[in-house]
Amino acid sequence: MLELIVISTLNGILFGMLLFLMASGLTVIFSMLGVLNFAHASFYMLGAFFGFQISKWFGFWPALIIAPLLAGALGAMVERYGLRQVHKYGHVPELLFTFGLAFAIEEIVSIVWGKSPVDFRVPALLDFPAFTLFSTNYPAFKIFMLVISIVIFAGLLITLKKTRIGLIVQAALTHPHMVGHLGHNVGRIFMLVFGVGTALAAVAGVIAGPALVTQSNMAGLLGPILFVVVVVGGLGSLPGAFIASLLIGLVQTFAVSMNGSLAGLFGPLSPDLAATWLSDIWNVTIAQIAPIMPYVLLVLILMFRPMGLLGTRET
Amino acid sequence: MHKRHLIKLALGASLALPFFGTAAMAQETVKLGYIDPLSGGGASVGEVGLKTFQFLADELNAKGGILGKKVEIVPLDNKTNPQESLIQAQKAIDSGVRYITQGNGSAVAGALSDFVTKFNERNPGKEVLFYNYAAVDPVLTNEKCSFWHFRWDANSDIKMEALTNYMKGTPAIKKVYLINQDYSFGQSVRTQARAMLKAKRADVEVVGDELHPLLKVTDFAPYIAKIKASGADSVITGNWGQDFALLLKAAADAGLKVNWYTYYAGGTGGPTAIKQAGLDHQVFQVGEGIANVDHKPAQDYETALRAKYDFSNFYPRAANQMRMFAAAAEKAKSLDPVKVAGALEGMTFQVLNGGEGVMRKDDHQFFQPIYISSFGTRSDKEKFDEEKTGWGWRSVAKIDTKDTMLPTTCKMDRP
Repeated sequence: MLELIVISTLNGILFGMLLFLMASGLTVIFSMLGVLNFAHASFYMLGAFFGFQISKWFGFWPALIIAPLLAGALGAMVERYGLRQVHKYGHVPELLFTFGLAFAIEEIVSIVWGKSPVDFRVPALLDFPAFTLFSTNYPAFKIFMLVISIVIFAGLLITLKKTRIGLIVQAALTHPHMVGHLGHNVGRIFMLVFGVGTALAAVAGVIAGPALVTQSNMAGLLGPILFVVVVVGGLGSLPGAFIASLLIGLVQTFAVSMNGSLAGLFGPLSPDLAATWLSDIWNVTIAQIAPIMPYVLLVLILMFRPMGLLGTRET
Repeated sequence: MHKRHLIKLALGASLALPFFGTAAMAQETVKLGYIDPLSGGGASVGEVGLKTFQFLADELNAKGGILGKKVEIVPLDNKTNPQESLIQAQKAIDSGVRYITQGNGSAVAGALSDFVTKFNERNPGKEVLFYNYAAVDPVLTNEKCSFWHFRWDANSDIKMEALTNYMKGTPAIKKVYLINQDYSFGQSVRTQARAMLKAKRADVEVVGDELHPLLKVTDFAPYIAKIKASGADSVITGNWGQDFALLLKAAADAGLKVNWYTYYAGGTGGPTAIKQAGLDHQVFQVGEGIANVDHKPAQDYETALRAKYDFSNFYPRAANQMRMFAAAAEKAKSLDPVKVAGALEGMTFQVLNGGEGVMRKDDHQFFQPIYISSFGTRSDKEKFDEEKTGWGWRSVAKIDTKDTMLPTTCKMDRP
């Protein structure tokens, strides 16, 4: 029992940190530009495929640097030549634009790399068990993932809250004209922020690619849950996204390890139910519904704390 | 005004032309509508199936087609969704398709079988046949059997019967964990595994019985932690596609060393995951054939397929299906689906991997020799590796056709 609790906690934190790596970029873009980027998970996927391709040519470590730069540059172009054109028509066209972009990227990826998973391997340097806990190995690569996430979280937080760049970026959102008058190029600031956000997603992609499966539908798998993270954490709140990622990782992992069901809990009270249509609901275990737990959490948060855990109410 | 009319007319004509085109083409070719996922979580599996059928169609065409007509595979993307499949099936029928094939997802197969049966009742003279090459829910050839449905894959009961017969003779198995996808096929694997193990090896303990959502899990680490905590020495799973690859990947990461009894370990990504996990001959698969089967025509076929595409022959049954389709049409001297169906009933056939198979008339289930194979390092006898891992399949047991015959509850309405 203790073993399962300790291991589930670790697994939950690991999965949560991966979520955070992706959600951080989404949050940065939203809090700075006010754009909810539906194509964010697609940049994560691009990161994974760029990472795969580059690591085939130059090895994993150059890929970890080059792939996010490429994806970031692509993101910056999308902002400059796409989003900015749509921006003047308001938020809905912006949303639709990123929504369409997500489909376009998925199609392009499946044309270039095919629909089957590509063989993206963990680098040999990190391909060993870091430590063994109750006879379960923990791969060094996953620990590496954890460290990168924490470094990025700290780096982002410091940049945004403590440096001059963060100050200008934040000011550019609420008072673009004033920032412009002070001699800053507001358009370029937005472009850079979007680029950094997508590059962050790509970092997650390069790291998650070898750990999970790199294939053309990986964006679709993680896309919805990203929004859960961002909404539960509070739109635009980086610490919120951090807490929400961990929470969702843990909730999901622990739900998997529980075998209880309504039948187990109340079984003796109503044995007749077994044969009716209710029996399905009656016998579903918590483990079976684990993957929908994040969405249950989303609904609960929207009902009781619409601004999210650490979000501030919009005025 | 006049000009605008002209433009409209031209536009209308250019839009309508392709339709006339396909209607005219329908006379020339035998169309087989391939309804399977070509996008979404099942895309990688659907893609392999599509290429296999195209390969087989090319093979038939090289020999002059079926009754002198060229065979054409029409790809239709159903996104592993029953509702979408029906739309695609209707679309196919509207464009002149009289034969459809599908395999991924028993829920989809069930919906298609119903659809085809109802369609044929309402449209006598325009019947459509449904060739099922991989959906293995036993219900399709039992309670819900249909005259218009033919299945070339062994259903999951037949496979479980073979698998548990093999497990019966392996005394090392003491604690078994079941993990399956939460839909009709996964459910059927788990209930049959429990029932058959109980009957054949009452001493074996089922220490876990897990269902997880189909093609939705991104990280199986929590499930692996549970398997580990249960103390299981063997796992039985019907998982396919990314659900299998991710499951084994997580097992490899955690260093879980158990024996795996599977249906689809040979699927895309599976062999790579097994090699990475270092499970040398610890992953077993039940199926109708493997690359390294000792039969010359099968090995030639394997070589040709690999030369053309970058994958191994995952669907020997697709070859049986297409070749029997051609043989049945020749026997009936017609491409009318009713007559082809009649010719298929009870037909015996030399299967790709050697040995005789039979399409049972009672329930339209094809019976064929079944192999249990394990994946790992190769000996001289095993020529083919998988996914460039250097490892390959080795046959560890073969069950003859007559020993795979399970009873059916099918009561078929014949036209």
